[in-house]
Amino acid sequence: MRVTCTVNGRRQVADHVWEGESLLYVLRERLGLPGAKNACEQGECGSCTIRLDGDLVCACLVAAGQAEGADIRTVEGLAAEDGTLHPVQRAFLDTGAVQCGFCTPGLLMATDELLERVPDPSDADIREALAGNLCRCTGYEAIMDAVRLAAARRAGTGERA
Amino acid sequence: MDFLRPTDWAGALAAKAAHPDAVPIAGGTDVMVELTFDRRRPDRLLDLSGIPELRRWETGERTVRLGAAVPYRAVLDHLAGPLPALALAARTVGSPQIRNRGSVGGNLGAASPAGDSHPALLAAGAEVEAASVRGTRRIPIDAFYTGVKRNALAPDELIRAIHIDRATGPQQFAKVGTRNAMVIAVCAFALALHPHTGTVRTGIGSAAPTPVRAPDAEDYLTGALAGAGLWEDPRPLPEAVRRRFAELAATACRPIDDVRGTARYRVHAVGVLARRTLDRTWDAYTKGLTPCA
Amino acid sequence: MTIGPGALSQRSDRDTTGGIGESTQRPDGHLKVTGEFAYSSDLWHDDMLWGHTLRSPHPHAAIRRVDLTAALALPGVHAVLTHHDLPAATHYGLEFTDQPVLAQDVVRYQGEPVALVAADHPETARRAAALIAVDYDERPLVHDESSATAPGAPVLHPGRTDHHAAHVPHPNIVHRQPIRHGDVAAARARAEVVVRGEYEVGMQDQAFLGPESGLAVPAADGGVDLYVATQWLHVDQRQLAPVLGLPAEKVRLTLSGVGGAFGAREDLSMQAHACLLALRTGRPVKMVYDREQSFFGHVHRHPAKLAYEHGALRDGTLLYVTCRIVLDGGAYASSSPAVVGNAASLGLGPYEVPHADIEALALYTNNPPCGAMRGFGAVQACFAYESQMDKLAAELGLDPVELRRRNAMRQGTVMPTGQPVDSPAPVAELLARVAARPLPPERPWADPAGPTAAPDLRELPGGLSNTSHGEGIVRGVGYAVGIKNVGFSEGFDDYSTARVRLEVVGGEPVAVVHTAAAEVGQGGVTVQAQIARTELGVTHVTLLPADTTVGSAGSTSASRQTYMTGGAVKHACEAVREAVLARARARFGTAAALEAGKVVAADGEVLATLAEVLGEEPVEIEREFRHRPTEPFHPRTGQGRGHVQYSFCAHRAVVEVDTDLGLVKVVELAAAQDVGKALNPRAVAGQIHGGSAQGLGLAVLEEIVVGPDGRVRNPSFTDYLIPTILDVPGMPLDILELADDHAPYGLRGAGEAPTLSATPAIVAAIRQATGLPLRRVPVRPEHLTGTA
Repeated sequence: MRVTCTVNGRRQVADHVWEGESLLYVLRERLGLPGAKNACEQGECGSCTIRLDGDLVCACLVAAGQAEGADIRTVEGLAAEDGTLHPVQRAFLDTGAVQCGFCTPGLLMATDELLERVPDPSDADIREALAGNLCRCTGYEAIMDAVRLAAARRAGTGERA
Repeated sequence: MDFLRPTDWAGALAAKAAHPDAVPIAGGTDVMVELTFDRRRPDRLLDLSGIPELRRWETGERTVRLGAAVPYRAVLDHLAGPLPALALAARTVGSPQIRNRGSVGGNLGAASPAGDSHPALLAAGAEVEAASVRGTRRIPIDAFYTGVKRNALAPDELIRAIHIDRATGPQQFAKVGTRNAMVIAVCAFALALHPHTGTVRTGIGSAAPTPVRAPDAEDYLTGALAGAGLWEDPRPLPEAVRRRFAELAATACRPIDDVRGTARYRVHAVGVLARRTLDRTWDAYTKGLTPCA
Repeated sequence: MTIGPGALSQRSDRDTTGGIGESTQRPDGHLKVTGEFAYSSDLWHDDMLWGHTLRSPHPHAAIRRVDLTAALALPGVHAVLTHHDLPAATHYGLEFTDQPVLAQDVVRYQGEPVALVAADHPETARRAAALIAVDYDERPLVHDESSATAPGAPVLHPGRTDHHAAHVPHPNIVHRQPIRHGDVAAARARAEVVVRGEYEVGMQDQAFLGPESGLAVPAADGGVDLYVATQWLHVDQRQLAPVLGLPAEKVRLTLSGVGGAFGAREDLSMQAHACLLALRTGRPVKMVYDREQSFFGHVHRHPAKLAYEHGALRDGTLLYVTCRIVLDGGAYASSSPAVVGNAASLGLGPYEVPHADIEALALYTNNPPCGAMRGFGAVQACFAYESQMDKLAAELGLDPVELRRRNAMRQGTVMPTGQPVDSPAPVAELLARVAARPLPPERPWADPAGPTAAPDLRELPGGLSNTSHGEGIVRGVGYAVGIKNVGFSEGFDDYSTARVRLEVVGGEPVAVVHTAAAEVGQGGVTVQAQIARTELGVTHVTLLPADTTVGSAGSTSASRQTYMTGGAVKHACEAVREAVLARARARFGTAAALEAGKVVAADGEVLATLAEVLGEEPVEIEREFRHRPTEPFHPRTGQGRGHVQYSFCAHRAVVEVDTDLGLVKVVELAAAQDVGKALNPRAVAGQIHGGSAQGLGLAVLEEIVVGPDGRVRNPSFTDYLIPTILDVPGMPLDILELADDHAPYGLRGAGEAPTLSATPAIVAAIRQATGLPLRRVPVRPEHLTGTA
């Protein structure tokens, strides 16, 4: 089947999609957008986290056909057109929250969504919001630092969701 | 494999009537895992995500009509007042990403004994609105679960909505998992006090082939509360009542040993949860804390 | 569009400056946060096929017949291979060549690869695999020591010819290492207190996030180019070439992006399979394991049973220790012999023990193969010896930290192997550091008068599950310390290679560093660039992709890569620097150093810019770096200078336990570690945090459950639970830098030690909270509620 959707503001068409494919497979293998990662493909790790019509979802649990007509944002759409990193991306680099980096795209998407909803999250808020994103390298300490830093910088610049 | 994507309810029913083997999919949180890991190869998927009405809810005087595909996130954010136990359960479902997709309707369709919403539905009291081209019927929640991952739906039926009784008294839900987040229930327990009828209802998850109530525990507590006039004159519960309720709740379990926990542990833990949820709900009742509408 | 192997050379240094000792940023960080970094599962080739592995459902069975007819007939299928199709060598292995590339007449564990499929879509490949008819005849299995060594037990690998075959007491024992140290019998007679204990460690999984994957591209010369996530390119190459029947130079490997490793990528997984399919079909073949395949497709941490006896004087002075450590190696040897060596030689912990009898062995069984995982051998022993130290402290009425302090190893201590510890061993200092930290404040629910405020569920055991609002909660505090060897031991010729070129690009001097070291997330690339900047006085460093066109770097394991490849880069840079200075001396008559892109004289006078001296003639030098040689442990006495360096870490864990439900919340996990020299302090902290979190996982969550029928019960992230961000607490650190004069910059390998002591510290804290003996990890709710 054919699937048409908008990804990071661009209209995309995928042809010959098998009906049992996930949106994750379509993004990664058909649309050349491998930023969303394939760690568990069962909704238990968050590495494929994307925005689907604004909602934070695991792309591995969305059937390809369900993305028909949808507006999708992936990690590839976070930085500005000119390549300037998004403040959340910057914060992850500045705090050492990236090691192997396989969880990073999903965590960036989840953090961005959290800070949209809750600009000044408590530590417990951060932990609850990111509980669906497993990281095996960092022990999460640097990730906590990254989210706190991103929140502080947003507050400092007066950025609004 | 065919991918059927009706855009309205009539279309969905027609598709299900034409293809009773079509597997309904909404949030995909169960079905997609089965597809990806090659556990299921249906000839057809019936995608219900294109039907807007399934994602709507209405709060009536006595019940909340919850569209089958309303995500847990909405239950948590908007329905904690009328449906406190279900909202507590919703918060324990998977992760934020799962809560944005998974729904009570999906939980009912899968009918896993570990589904997080079942105990809350059993305790609150609910009816499942099942529909087919033949018509619509309401299945009481107590009659809905028929076996391990089996439910009372006919092959041509789809779940349209769930009618859940609005809380008239305190409710609690608690679940045991071995991790502090994103975990499938080892066991779960829900308790709802229904002061307007002078009854209590319970729900147990993951401790029997299906979600079950604990009828002996309910009868005992209902009797104990009425006998001592505690509804009218709320006082702290005697230790004997708390203990007996917990024991009877545990006896309602018919658990198995599996990789998530032993049967013995499940029985034990359901007893603990029963006692704790009773303490919390009764404490709230004695303090006059009733759910806000 | 193509995400081809070309993406691999996009390593950028645009965000990165700074020499050693600075927390510089990762050179691959920018690509990783933008989603552009090409992991091995992201590779894509225009006409590629998808490979898939058919695995055995049985833990032990004869294969009577395999029928490929239906699979081959499926449209879209390009090849189906069994062992009959292997062109050359049929077996491979890290230490013993005992593992079949594809099963022949027998399968020895559930999940053993039996056949391969290449098809035009992963679903086609899965369907084809399902159509392969394999006729199995199940055999009796061996699953533990008694069944493996019982009279008449099936011998899993008859006719062994490996180098341990001659000295093992039974053919189902992979390797056995005794260590005899002093006179235990005499010491036992003097002991005033004796404690004995039996302990068990479950099978932990590395659970890296990036699945086994790669792309094999057949080449015009008849060879193959493999882009893959691995820990050691050259050991893969060494094993692949014989299997493919190709000379090593025609099996070219390039490191792709690696999504974590932790030991699980030390053995081959899909490498040979993808290459075989590519060579058979003449098409590029991509293989990506799903999570279930991943659980079956790599080795795990050895589960272990450990029996200890500690004898001491009343004042706590240890007199002797005996221990017997039985490790389950599963169906194939993998790195079991080295794990045995570590468990035995580090089996006493970081303590002065004058007399010891130690025995460690690994079994062949029909369980999943076990091999390398972070801290291997030492993790299992640490849980047992630290549990024993707590037991001894309780028996003596001593504070557990004080007992450890009295027996702490120090520089000069002689190991049970007879090897003196010849660099700082600040065991007592590390314990003192964690013990001196203020405890986290008591929580509101600890107030006996009742909670003063509504509890935040997220801070309680059970977390979001609403199990406790403070009911049943008891706090406990526990301590542990551990010792891990750094680098490859027991006489292994351990080296790394670095090629460094200094050249002028766009008028600026640039150092180009080429090694085959696998960057698996730890930040080796960051450190290599820092070293080049420090040694060559340049700002710009380009790191070439790791591949087999440069010499071996050895494995990214054993906490060794900063030491070894860092050492190789340092040596190569020093040689390059000397060559440049020699060139400058020829021109200026003097030259002493390279600083900030300038060549300077001994008095600091700037002689010329580096770019001027280099001109059009780059300097390129390759160097191998070796650590001090080690020697094997004697097969009967265990004596020998087997280790290069030791690494030490101590933890204090504070837990809260829901004693009614047996649920645990780790409230704080403080660590202190000596790293010799922190080349990149932030990366070092990341290693300690990450290792500690994995130790937490082993303490309370993580186990691959294998039934007595040899079958895995939980090969998924649904039921193999690794810690979430709600499970891992704050982890304050003390990092000591006591130089080891034998090592580059005085550094000490840091990656593994934190994984050891986190587990026993947490269990000690749970014991304190519950009063239960807790002899097994992971601790399950059943163990805390008497409902196992």
